[in-house]
Amino acid sequence: MLLPLDVDRIRKDFPILQRTVRGEKPLVYLDSAATSQKPTSVLDAERAFYETANAGVHRGAHQLAEEATDAYESARRRIAGFVGAETDDIVFTKNATESLNLVAYAFSNATAKAAHGAEVDPRFVLAPGDSIVVTQMEHHANLVPWQEVCAKTGATLRWIGVSDDGRLELDDLDSLIDDTTRVVSVVHQSNILGTVNPVRRIMDRAHAVGALGVVDACQSIPHAPVDVSALGADLVGWSGHKMLGPTGIGMLWGRPEVLAAMPPFITGGSMIETVFMEHSTYAAPPKRFEAGSPMVAQAVGLAAAVDYLTELGMDRVEAHEHALTGYALERLADLRGVRIIGPMTNEDRGGAVSFVVEGLHPHDVGQFLDDRGVAVRVGHHCAWPTCRRFGVPATTRLSTYVYNDTSDIDVAIEGILAAQNFFGV
Amino acid sequence: MDVESLYQDIILDHYKHPRGRSLIDEPSGESHQVNPTCGDEVTVQVSLDDDGRLVIGYEGQGCSISQASASVMSEMVSGAAPADADTVRQAFVELMHSKGAADPDEEVLGDGIAFVGVAKYPARIKCALLPWMALQDAEAKAGIGPDQEGTSTS
Repeated sequence: MLLPLDVDRIRKDFPILQRTVRGEKPLVYLDSAATSQKPTSVLDAERAFYETANAGVHRGAHQLAEEATDAYESARRRIAGFVGAETDDIVFTKNATESLNLVAYAFSNATAKAAHGAEVDPRFVLAPGDSIVVTQMEHHANLVPWQEVCAKTGATLRWIGVSDDGRLELDDLDSLIDDTTRVVSVVHQSNILGTVNPVRRIMDRAHAVGALGVVDACQSIPHAPVDVSALGADLVGWSGHKMLGPTGIGMLWGRPEVLAAMPPFITGGSMIETVFMEHSTYAAPPKRFEAGSPMVAQAVGLAAAVDYLTELGMDRVEAHEHALTGYALERLADLRGVRIIGPMTNEDRGGAVSFVVEGLHPHDVGQFLDDRGVAVRVGHHCAWPTCRRFGVPATTRLSTYVYNDTSDIDVAIEGILAAQNFFGV
Repeated sequence: MDVESLYQDIILDHYKHPRGRSLIDEPSGESHQVNPTCGDEVTVQVSLDDDGRLVIGYEGQGCSISQASASVMSEMVSGAAPADADTVRQAFVELMHSKGAADPDEEVLGDGIAFVGVAKYPARIKCALLPWMALQDAEAKAGIGPDQEGTSTS
C-alpha cells in the first residue's frame, strides 16, 4: 500500500524508534493515542532553550529573561497559528485534563462567588434545574470534572448516548440540549472508539439554547487539520504530548470574550494585576490562567513539534492515518473472534482502533503483542462508561501516527493470532 | 524472557477451570477489588466454619493472571486456619515482589509457584495480587486475623 507519508524517512527523526524491546525485537509503537513519540527537532529545541536562553519569563531585567520570554511567547504564537487561533486566545496548562478542569472550575468557582454576592458573569453560575450535557464516549477528563461541578452546584448531568456502531445518537439532541442546558462539553474524536463527532452541529445546538460549548480536541488536533474557531465552540482543550511535543503542556483555546468572562482557576503569582492584603485583581487572559512559573521549555519543544507537523502537512498526516486506519479495520475484520469496538467503517473515524478478542482478556492480548515488540494500550482507556456501554471490561487499542505503516499493523495481527493460538480460542 | 514463561500451564489450567468459583451465603466479610488501570475485578468473601477454618467465596472478571490467581488463592486458603492462610498470602506477596528471582516453596504456595514468571512483568503483578488483597481486606472486615489459629492446623 502506497502511503501519503514517507515513513522510512520520518522514522529516522525519532530516536526511540531505533531501539529494540523484549530481546532484540524492533519497537512497533501503536500507542500514540496515549502519547506520541518525539522527533529529534523537539528534543533539540528543548535542550537548546536550556543551554542558551533559560530564565524566568515575564520578569527580570536581564538579557536572558528577555530571550526566554521571547521564546515562550513565540512558541505561543506558532502553536496558535497551527490551529488558526489568535495568539492571546491560547492558554498554556499542564495538560488537557487541566484545561478541561480550568473550564469546569470556572462554573463552580463563579457559582460559589455568586452565593456570596460577588460580581460574576451569570453564564457561569449554575443552580439546581440547570443541566450539563456530555457524551457517553468522553474520556474521564471530560466527565469527572462535570460530575464534580454538578455535585457542587446542584446541576444535572445528561449525556448523548452512543450507538452500537460507536456513533453519537443525535436524534434526540434537541430534547437533550434544552433551555435548562448551560454547558455542552463533547469530545471531537473519541480516544477509545476513534469516532469523529459532528461537533459543529452539537455546538450550534448549544448556542441555540444559550449554552456554552466546550470541545475536547486531544485526539483530533494531532491527527488532522483543525481550525479551532471553525468547530463552533467557545472553548477547546487539548494536549501537547500527543502531537509530538513534550509532556507537561496542554492548551485551552477560548473565544476572547468568553475567556475574559471566566474567573481564574489556579491562583498565585503571574496571574495577577494588583495585589493588596485584602483582595487582588487579575490579569487579562491568557495570563489570568497561567499562575506560577510556566512550562517554558515545553512550550518551546511543542512549537518545534508544530513546525515538524506543518512541514509534513496536516492534510497528508490525516490522509496517511486514514489509509492506515482503513487497513487496520480490514485486517481486524478478517480475524475470527475479533470484534471492533467503535465504527467499522472508515468514515468520520480516526486512527484509534479498539477491539476485543473472544475468549481473551485485553491484558493477555497486549502481553502477546508486547512479546513481539508491539506497544498497544489495554484497559478501559480512561473511558470506563464507554466500555460498559459495549458490555466489555476493557479493550485492546492500537493507534497510529506519522511514523507507522502497514507493516506495523501486520505485526500486531500476527500477535493476535499467536495469542488466540496459545490460549486455544 | 518470553511470554510463555509468564503463562505457565498451571496458570492456564486455573484460568480455564477455576476452582471453587462461587459466592457463599452470609459471608462474615467481603471485599470487591478492582484494578482501575485495566478493569480487572474480583470479589472475595470469607467466613469461618465451626472449626475456625476459612470458607472462601469468590467471583470476578479479568485477565488470565488475575482470575487464575483467584482460583489458586481459593484452593490454597479454603479450609485453612487464618494463620496458615496468612503465611501463604505473605509468601505470595513476597514472590510477586521478587522480580522473578525467587525460588518459591511449593510446600507453602502450592500452584502459586507458577506465578514466579509474573513477577518479571511489573504491569501484571497487580493482576496477580488483586485476589490476595481482596482476601486480606475481606478478613479484616470480618475481624478475622492471623492470630486466630482455628482448632488445629495439621
